[in-house]
Amino acid sequence: MNPTRFNWFNATSLALGFGFLYLPILILIIFSFNDSKLVTVWGGFSTRWYVALFQDEAFMEAAWVTLRVALVSATFAAILGTMAAMVLIRAKRFPGRMLFSGMIYSPLVMPEVITGLSLLLLFVAIGLDRGYWTITLAHTTFAMCYVAVVVSSRLLSFDMSLEEAALDLGSTRLNTFFQVTLPIILPAIIAGWLLAFTLSLDDLVIASFTSGPGSTTLPMKIYSQVRLGVNPQINALSTILITLVAIGVVITSLLGKRQAEKEGKQ
Amino acid sequence: MADTPTSEPRKVFAPWLDPNQKPLVRFENVTKKYGDYTAVDNLTIDIFEREFFALLGPSGCGKTTLLRMLAGFEQPTSGRILMNGEDISKIPPNKRPINMMFQSYALFPHMTVAQNIGFGLKQEGKSKAEIDKRVDEMLKLVQLEPFAKRKPHQLSGGQRQRVALARSLAKSPKLLLLDEPLGALDKKLREKTQFELMSLQENLGLTFMIVTHDQEEAMTVSSRIAVMDKGIMVQVDTPAEIYEAPNSRYVADFIGDVNFMEVEVLRHEGAQIIVKSATLNEFKLETDSDLKDGEKVWLAIRPEKFIVSKEKPSDDQNMVQGKVWDIAYSGDTSTYHVRLEDGTTLKAQMANRRRVRNRDITWEDPVWVAWSYRAAVPLRN
Repeated sequence: MNPTRFNWFNATSLALGFGFLYLPILILIIFSFNDSKLVTVWGGFSTRWYVALFQDEAFMEAAWVTLRVALVSATFAAILGTMAAMVLIRAKRFPGRMLFSGMIYSPLVMPEVITGLSLLLLFVAIGLDRGYWTITLAHTTFAMCYVAVVVSSRLLSFDMSLEEAALDLGSTRLNTFFQVTLPIILPAIIAGWLLAFTLSLDDLVIASFTSGPGSTTLPMKIYSQVRLGVNPQINALSTILITLVAIGVVITSLLGKRQAEKEGKQ
Repeated sequence: MADTPTSEPRKVFAPWLDPNQKPLVRFENVTKKYGDYTAVDNLTIDIFEREFFALLGPSGCGKTTLLRMLAGFEQPTSGRILMNGEDISKIPPNKRPINMMFQSYALFPHMTVAQNIGFGLKQEGKSKAEIDKRVDEMLKLVQLEPFAKRKPHQLSGGQRQRVALARSLAKSPKLLLLDEPLGALDKKLREKTQFELMSLQENLGLTFMIVTHDQEEAMTVSSRIAVMDKGIMVQVDTPAEIYEAPNSRYVADFIGDVNFMEVEVLRHEGAQIIVKSATLNEFKLETDSDLKDGEKVWLAIRPEKFIVSKEKPSDDQNMVQGKVWDIAYSGDTSTYHVRLEDGTTLKAQMANRRRVRNRDITWEDPVWVAWSYRAAVPLRN
C-alpha cells in the first residue's frame, strides 16, 4: 500500500502545477490547427498553416540555418565539453584547478545577454564577419559547459580500475580511452549532445547578438514576426519546435535512466 | 578448476633458503611517499618463481601500494624494483609481463565474458583464431563455457570473480597480482576458491602475489607471508613459522589469537630458561632465541597450546591455577576464559572431542592450565 494516497489535495496540486506549465503550450498547439486566420477565434480543424509554413521560403531558410547551427555546435560542444570534463575530473592536482572548475560552470549562471554581448564584442574586435559561423561558435561556447557538467557527473562514478585493467592487459593509453572509457561514458556524451542541440535550437538572445545579415535562426524569425502580430503560421512552427525539443529531452532522460539501471545492476 | 586440491601432496618448496636461487622479483630499498605520508618505507624483499606470496596487513599498511608499484600504476619515490635482475621501475604498466586481478574485478561492462577474457590478447595483435582458442581454454579452466556471450552484469559475484581471474591469466603472465581477490565472496565460496587458486597456481606453474587482510586466507594459500605494518615489513616467513614463531608482538597478535605474559629472565639451566612473571610463579622455557639473564620479555602462547584440566597435570610442564570465567562454544572447539590468581585472564582453546553434555569443566570450576616448555614464544618489545 502506498504511503500517500491519491486524494483531492494531491489531485488539485497536480492539476494546478501542470496547468500553469502546460496550458499555454497546449493552447498554442491547439490553435496551430485552427482554420481561422484570427489567432484567438476557433474556426475548425485544419493543417493549412503547416502547409503554408513549409511553402514560406524565409521560414525554411531560417529553419535550415537553425538546424545547421544546432548540429555543428552540439557536436563541437560535445567534444570540447567531454575534454574539459576529463581534465577536471581526472587531473586531481594542477595549479588553478579550482579556478578552472569554477570557470567551466559559470556560463551556466551567466545572464545570456552578457554572454551574447561579450561574444559580439569579441567578434567585432577580431574582425570576424558575423553570420552562420559566429552563431555556431557562440552556441558551442555556452553549450559546452552543459556537456561538461553532464559528462563529469558520469566520470565521477567511473571506476578507475577499469582503465588500469586495460593498461595492465597491454593496451596503450589512447587505445584504452577509445576501447574502454569512451564506450562507457558514451551515453552521457550523447545526452550532453542532445542537451546542447536543444539549447541551440531555442536560443534567441545569444543568436541575436552574434548573427549577421543572411543568417537568421528560427527563434529570431519568430520573434520578429510576432512583433508584427501573431500569425497562425508561428503557432504551427512553435508546435514543431516544441515537438523536437520534447523528443530531445525524452531521449536524454531515457539514456540517463538506462545508464542508472545498468549501474544499479552491477 | 577442480573441487579438491591436486591429488599429489605438496613437495617441500623453499627457494628462499637456497642462496643460489635468483629471485623473480626484488624490491630494493623501495620507498613510496605521498606528500608527507610514507606508504612504503625502505622495503627490501625477494619473491621467487612459483611462489604464492601473500602480503598481509591491516588497511593502510602499504600492501596495496606495493602491489600497484609492481603493476606499474605507482612509481617508487626511491629504490628499485627488479624483475629477473632488470629494473622495471620505468616500464609502463602495459609493457610489463605482469597481470593483475583487481579487487573490484574491473570487468569491462560493455563487453561480453569472451571479449573481456580476450582483451589482453587482442592488444598483442593476435589473430582472431588464436584469441578464440585461448579464450575457450580459459573459459574451460574457470568452468564458464556456457557464459561466454553474457555481459558481466548478467553474472553472479562468484562468476565475475572467475572471469576476472581468467582475463588476468589469459596472457600467461610471469607474475599474477591478486588484490583482495576473494573479498567480495561469501565464506563458503571463498574457501572453495582458495583451494582452486592454489591448485591453479601449482598446475600452471605460475608465481602469484596476493594482497589480503584476511589472515586465514593468507595462511591457507601462500608459500610465504609478509606481514606489514605502517609501510614496514615486520616478518616474512612461511605460514607455519609466522604462526609458531612470530618475531614480534605485532605479528603474534595479528595472526590468530594469542595470550601475552610479561616475564623476567632469571637464569639458564642447561637447555631450559627459568623466567618469572611479576604476579605469578616461575616458568620454564625452552627456546632457540637468545635471552639474557635479567632481560624482560613477553611470552606469547597460543590458546590451543594450553591444556585445561580439573586434575593437577604432570610435572614436566608449566602450569597455573585459576577459575573458569567464561566458555565460548564454537562447535569444534571451546574457548575457556580462565581468571588467574593475579586477576589476569588466559584464553585456552580445547577441541570438543566429547559431546558438550558430557563436558566435565563448567563455569566457576577451579582448573589447572598447563603448557609445555616449548609452547611459549619469547618476544622482545
